[in-house]
Amino acid sequence: MRNRRLLFFLALTWPLLAAEGPFFVTYTHQMEEPGNLEVATRNVTGRPADGNRFFGITTELEYGVKAWWTTELYLEGQSTKHDSGLFTGYRWENRFRMLPREHWINPVLYVEFENVNGANRSLLEVVGHDGQDDLSGLNATARQEKKRELEAKLILSSHVRGWTIAENFIAEKNVRHAPFEFGYAVGVSRPLALAASPENCKVCWENFQTGLELYGGLGTHQTFGLHETSHYLAPTVSWALPNGPSFKVSPGFGITGQSAAFLLRFGVSYEISQVGRMWRKRQ
Amino acid sequence: MKSLKITCCILVLIAGGLRAVENRKPLLQQMPLREMSRTNPYEAQQTAERAGRKLFQRECSSCHGQQAQGTGRAPALASRIVRQASPGAIFWVLRNGDLRHGMPSFSHLPEPQRWQIVTYLKTLR
Repeated sequence: MRNRRLLFFLALTWPLLAAEGPFFVTYTHQMEEPGNLEVATRNVTGRPADGNRFFGITTELEYGVKAWWTTELYLEGQSTKHDSGLFTGYRWENRFRMLPREHWINPVLYVEFENVNGANRSLLEVVGHDGQDDLSGLNATARQEKKRELEAKLILSSHVRGWTIAENFIAEKNVRHAPFEFGYAVGVSRPLALAASPENCKVCWENFQTGLELYGGLGTHQTFGLHETSHYLAPTVSWALPNGPSFKVSPGFGITGQSAAFLLRFGVSYEISQVGRMWRKRQ
Repeated sequence: MKSLKITCCILVLIAGGLRAVENRKPLLQQMPLREMSRTNPYEAQQTAERAGRKLFQRECSSCHGQQAQGTGRAPALASRIVRQASPGAIFWVLRNGDLRHGMPSFSHLPEPQRWQIVTYLKTLR
């Protein structure tokens, strides 16, 4: 119970303050500005058909090392109704922009190491034959399963006439066993106004972005395909306060029998400018 | 732990490889000529200038300074070079950035917002 309160406290009161796109799963080629630190939470709640409602909490620290290199640390936990709350592991990801100039399609290479347990409910991606069965076990049992995985993504994205279009191809490998697993995420988004208004405003169209994400598994190298895995369709909306926090929310609908029927994601983020410079000044 | 080491090695190789293949030519020499001749649809419009100032404060001032006077991190934009540059050239720099020298790409901003920033930059003295 104390763990659960702590997790809710972390999720709801973290001093989150940044503007990024409305996606939760799909990445674009937008990198973190060098020296900036973004602090964010991405939370998800859902209820598998034969399990209890869960609340997955991910705290995200994203830092721009270079204009072409962004690194990110995720700390993950979850709480399940009628069960327990626990820390489920961490991920360390790095994104590299492959081409120095903007093109009609822009590739970014993503490399991640994750060390999580079987009770993880963050659902940052869907790979292999992931399904709602993976979301319904008892935490005490599921946490025994250790997952040390390497993950690579090819991120392709474009900005066309105000639209952002992104496609991600995911390959994941448990370092000890299990075959290569694959997944995908595609998304399209657009701000509600393309030109900025001359006044400072909080609730104006330019601060809102809407989008649509489609993501799911692609099986393994032995059983490649769209079948027997979960797929989700998720409209999404974000609201960025100027020089303040950014909020986003996305209801996701499972479109196969393996998917959870409904997932609700919500997140808050805040960008702290030039953290590296502030640190150096203090020293 | 072994897998973490493998990840680190992969990262070092990628970072080294990308650095090696970066384009070493000065920024303005990489600019296509047709980009330089693009015209600003908001040129000399006061509302666009005000919107551009607002966007500048939000997106650019942390590196270039509140008055675009420059900081240790990024050069001054209230400068002769910017005044003399064509709107199309400034727009191109905003779109592509200069990743090798720490200037990020602002392609995620819609095109009208980038032109609004250009409008503001051209008013700086």
